[in-house]
Amino acid sequence: MDLGGINPAVLIASLMVASVPIMLAALGELVVEKAGVLNLGVEGMMIIGAVMGFAVAVNTGSPLAGFLGGAAGGAILSLVFALLTQYLLANQVATGLALTLFGLGLSSLIGQGYVGIRPPLTGALPFGPLADIPVIGRILFRHDWMVYFSLLMVAATWAVLKFTRIGLILRAVGENHDAAHALGYKVRRIRVLAICFGGAMAGLGGAYVSLIRVPQWTDGITSGAGWIALAIVVFASWKPWRVLLGAYLFGGITVLQLNLQAAGARIPVEYLSMSPYLITILVLVIMSSGRGRIAAAAPAALGKNFHASR
Amino acid sequence: MEGLTKAYPGVVANSDVSFRIRPGEVHALLGENGAGKSTLVKMIYGLVKPDSGWMSLRGQDYAPAEPSVARSLGVAMVFQHFSLFDALSVAENVALGMEAPPKLRELAARIRKVSQDYGLPLDPDRMVGDLSAGERQRVEIIRCLLQDPKLLIMDEPTSVLTPQEVDILFQTLRQLAREGTAILYISHKLEEIRSLCDEATILRRGKVVATCTPREKTARELAELMVGTVLTPPERSAKPKGDVALEVTGLSVASPIPFGTALKNVAFTVRKGEVLGIAGVAGNGQDELLLALNGELRTSPSAVKIAGVPVGAAGPIQRRKAGMVSAPEERLGHAAAPDMSLVENALLSGSVRKGLTKSGFIDWAGARRFAEGIVQQFDVRTPGTDVAARSLSGGNLQKFVVGRELSQAPTVIVINQPTWGVDASAAASIRQAIIDRAADGAAVVVISQDLDELLEIADSFAALNEGRLTAPRPTQGLTMDQIGLMMGGAHGMEVAHAEA
Repeated sequence: MDLGGINPAVLIASLMVASVPIMLAALGELVVEKAGVLNLGVEGMMIIGAVMGFAVAVNTGSPLAGFLGGAAGGAILSLVFALLTQYLLANQVATGLALTLFGLGLSSLIGQGYVGIRPPLTGALPFGPLADIPVIGRILFRHDWMVYFSLLMVAATWAVLKFTRIGLILRAVGENHDAAHALGYKVRRIRVLAICFGGAMAGLGGAYVSLIRVPQWTDGITSGAGWIALAIVVFASWKPWRVLLGAYLFGGITVLQLNLQAAGARIPVEYLSMSPYLITILVLVIMSSGRGRIAAAAPAALGKNFHASR
Repeated sequence: MEGLTKAYPGVVANSDVSFRIRPGEVHALLGENGAGKSTLVKMIYGLVKPDSGWMSLRGQDYAPAEPSVARSLGVAMVFQHFSLFDALSVAENVALGMEAPPKLRELAARIRKVSQDYGLPLDPDRMVGDLSAGERQRVEIIRCLLQDPKLLIMDEPTSVLTPQEVDILFQTLRQLAREGTAILYISHKLEEIRSLCDEATILRRGKVVATCTPREKTARELAELMVGTVLTPPERSAKPKGDVALEVTGLSVASPIPFGTALKNVAFTVRKGEVLGIAGVAGNGQDELLLALNGELRTSPSAVKIAGVPVGAAGPIQRRKAGMVSAPEERLGHAAAPDMSLVENALLSGSVRKGLTKSGFIDWAGARRFAEGIVQQFDVRTPGTDVAARSLSGGNLQKFVVGRELSQAPTVIVINQPTWGVDASAAASIRQAIIDRAADGAAVVVISQDLDELLEIADSFAALNEGRLTAPRPTQGLTMDQIGLMMGGAHGMEVAHAEA
């Protein structure tokens, strides 16, 4: 069952893999933005996660330790952002951009000794006979554990934001930090924790790129995935399940573009690489017009610094 | 509580304040803007720590480190600026103000029950952003009621309610007091305090100046205790009215505000020297009417005429040139840019009529003189004209905003809620300034939810109800009942109380 030299089952299976890094990073950023903080340093935190994950995995021989290292790397870098924006009240946009540039530089410094090495392999989870079901088995049951973990995180993020008290407080802080403060919630602490979570998720996404998706270390390995993650958050209008949709759409286009190239299609690949961004803009236009305006709006305090005396 | 003192850099907000409230008592806290009322209640609610002095609650030492401690000890507060979250539902907002909220579904049922018991109907699933100001306040009150408070603090609760809604609120509060709740009631409206409160503590510049039983004093005496000087009610001029200055005919326009109210065939005329008061419950088209009058919302040219010239399609700047000035209700963000200085704010609205820009360049010296003039003439208390607008207290900023518009030698003035959240003496001076401008021959439209204010200054009276305007009637001889009917009654709130 091939369409123009492309097998749909293989295509879907590989888009699920391709979308893992951006899905993780976008989920983290969604939580950060729900708390009212705009961290544009996702790309920087991802690539630090990628190099830290790679280094830890190579030195310990354990991919799991590698992922933990990647998450820790991203989280530590995000704490720099938290310190600058939450305690020193630096501008969030400028700090986020600086974080990306800093992360790119630091990662290539750390990664110098690791070029050309292969990391320990992460195998597919053994589903036994399930993996042999035609089509479905190929699509659903032949992935590594991180694919399932990322899907689980979408559900978990959604459930926590919608049903738990901590999720409610997080949304409240992002909506109106002055009112949250008046009710006695620790705006700053909640935001720092959210930023830290966002950093860890971006780091995980980065580690997935260097440990599974590529898998090796080269400079600038994340190649803009962090920016796509930021676009997905907006595309998803701050809703976790739409992050899944957005990540699959963006991941799918990446995979499709590779496959089309391999199949020798005549569409210039540049059009395909442009399309995710065009779609994001289209979605934004549609969202900002008409009745859905309030429900789809960004957290009201997004990007605003909080100072208790105001 | 005894001898509470709190000093901020530069000012002592409260100095040696002492008073006591008994269970079941409604205690009024009176004072001008900046008298230290807010700081005092913040200390009681645990948002600010006192520098010295002590508090006790029901015989126990009481020193809340944070609001959650205060809440768990049975202290609840309804804030002056609503502490609500627009994008969350009513139930979620209530849950955020509670220490250990039940599941949302259970909470929704409790909200329905309590709101019915106290005659404040409310749908727990609605988004707070879609509610009117009166309904928002219900959310805050119900949030407090669900915690079964021992002490309820209410910071200026009635500024946005109709007379009927105020009655219902007072019934609720009296019912609570009968059940043994102590209520600390902060308000500028002296008549309300006289009808509701058992005791009053009066603050001036951070100190207690008097404690009295408000029923035994007249509103005038209370106001004078609060201000420390003798107040004069605004004087009206008896001059005959001039030609028609502002004419509105067949004004129908859809609302640009999400879930706003469309204006439906609004028509009125205002003569030179006349003050038209427009009443109505929040959310009945007041904001839209202001926008349509000041040019932010455009209509067909002939719907709005200034001195006979059609300006319905003109923008705010052309209308300013034609002599119309306006002051919207929302001080921060609409009437003033919060993070810009007073000079810049004065320039923003005054540049057209005061000629503060010349071939694209700004006359900063002129703008500064203009701002300083406003500060002086309208007694705006501020460290200088270079401070950000948001750092002024609500009343002072309101004086500045209204003063800025009135100082531009206007022929038509449109003001929405001129004295919202402003204390008695500031309100009196704002009202007097409005009347003075009318006496100078300006036509004035005052949109307000404060009926006493409208009756005090308006020559004719009309009410907005769901976007329709009643025919203006002369103010003299109107009774409260007639006004209530013009405003559309109590919006289905009476029924619940009849059962209770």
